[in-house]
Amino acid sequence: DIDDVGRKYHLELVLEDVLDKDGTVNCTAEVLYHLGNKNIAPDVHFTTEGELKNTDEADNVFYNRIKSLEKELVAENIPDSHGNVPPEMEPIRLLAWAAAGYVIWQNSTENTKFQLAQIKHVKQVKRSDEYLEFDYTILLHEMVSQEIIPWQMTVLWHPQHGVQVTQDSPQPKHPSE
Amino acid sequence: LQLDFWLAPRSPGQPVDVRVPFPSLQPLKAHLEANGISYSIMIEDVQTLVDDEQMEMLRSRRWLPFSTTTFDYTSYHSLDEIYAFMDLLVAENPNLVSKLEIGQTTENRPIYVLKFSKGGTNRPAIWIDTGIHSREWVTQASGVWFAKKIVLDHENDEGLASILDKMDIFLEIVTNPDGFAFTQTKNRMWRKTRSKQSGSVCVGVDPNRNWDAGFGGSGASKNPCSETYHGPYANSEPEVKAIVDFVKNHGNIKAFISIHSYSQLLLYPYGYTRTPVPDQKELHEISEKAVAALSSLYGTKYKYGSIITTIYQASGGTIDWTYNQGIKYSFTFELRDTGRYGFLLPAKMIVPTAEETWLALKVIMEHARDHPY
Repeated sequence: DIDDVGRKYHLELVLEDVLDKDGTVNCTAEVLYHLGNKNIAPDVHFTTEGELKNTDEADNVFYNRIKSLEKELVAENIPDSHGNVPPEMEPIRLLAWAAAGYVIWQNSTENTKFQLAQIKHVKQVKRSDEYLEFDYTILLHEMVSQEIIPWQMTVLWHPQHGVQVTQDSPQPKHPSE
Repeated sequence: LQLDFWLAPRSPGQPVDVRVPFPSLQPLKAHLEANGISYSIMIEDVQTLVDDEQMEMLRSRRWLPFSTTTFDYTSYHSLDEIYAFMDLLVAENPNLVSKLEIGQTTENRPIYVLKFSKGGTNRPAIWIDTGIHSREWVTQASGVWFAKKIVLDHENDEGLASILDKMDIFLEIVTNPDGFAFTQTKNRMWRKTRSKQSGSVCVGVDPNRNWDAGFGGSGASKNPCSETYHGPYANSEPEVKAIVDFVKNHGNIKAFISIHSYSQLLLYPYGYTRTPVPDQKELHEISEKAVAALSSLYGTKYKYGSIITTIYQASGGTIDWTYNQGIKYSFTFELRDTGRYGFLLPAKMIVPTAEETWLALKVIMEHARDHPY
């Protein structure tokens, strides 16, 4: 506890590459949850030891595939009810996961635990510049309240420039659902 | 105007999608035009789409299973398919398995429990339930697998055979049938029951907050629209009342295991209070053994402990009530995974999940067999 400021956690963790189980990287982090105003995201500082696998080739394959689509990509329910993800949608799902990480960080407090539950809808937005843009509607699952929260996020991605969430907002839930 | 936003207003320059009831069409168009807001029609008539979908769902009903040998344990099934499976299992093994109806849901669906017994009268028993929260699909699917496993192993597996020599096993595979049907047809993420709540447009009660143990306290919500709504009073939900009545009438249940997903946890009471249960040490030791057995198969890592110290405070929970009824060996599982797929666990993970969980269940059942009370 830090008087008048908030609560700081010191973490030691191991990052594991989902796509390369042997690829692990040690990480230390400090997370500061602010006292009072719960609308500020926690401060995070971290250091990593070692390098994660290089994904340039897969990134470029995905990038070129999307860039060369004639019609904008549109998809729903990833994974579907049975947990299936068509192979060509896997990068779309991974991109959502990374972007959702940002949204979750921005909305986390000491009393929340969010997970990305599903991509309800994703629509590519064609751009004239080199970036790929996707408009996602995702469902976040909050563990403590058990609520499913629909959330919209606009995501930009480029193989060299990484992921950016340019815009995001929670969506209303239908009471009958 | 009763506008129903399907994509809510976000910020200027961002599109908005709205469903417009027929009488509001003209006024809305006039308003948009007067303000220079452009619009386009995405769906002319939502009702025809809804009607088409209904027809399609009736048409694409899958074949019901033929036998429990040809049944596909590696995929998720509908309520009808699971109920058909139960009848097949009983028909194929009439000397071991019987089906009991313990009540009816709000929507009048029958609530079934399978009884596995080698004889005797009112033997000490083990209770296992899956699917109390309908969106946790790997649990109902695992329940189906457990039922078949008991039948396959009841003679050749020493541990199981000796358990059944002394005890009966009750297995409720679809503990929340209304919720389960709803996850198949309308909302895959539905958790609660489907009971109407007076004074609210919201539906359903969290069946794991509706038990008479710390009912209504911290760790449940008073808001009918919440996922953890405890309901108007304890046992208000017929799905919960059915089990309460069964347990009380049976009077000889010695182990009670309620199965959920996801998080990979093995939990014992309490959830509603920090006061440890008197049998904390023993339950902790059993949990340690059960988790080790589970991990031995595929290396799946589980954490274990009391509900309140391991997951969060939760009042009105199932195993808090069963423990307070004197059922010492009361446990809750949270199955795979830890969030990567969450509720949408790929079907190919059903069998590995069921297999490893079964090893943990056996540890608990064997302990109950060896420590009568």
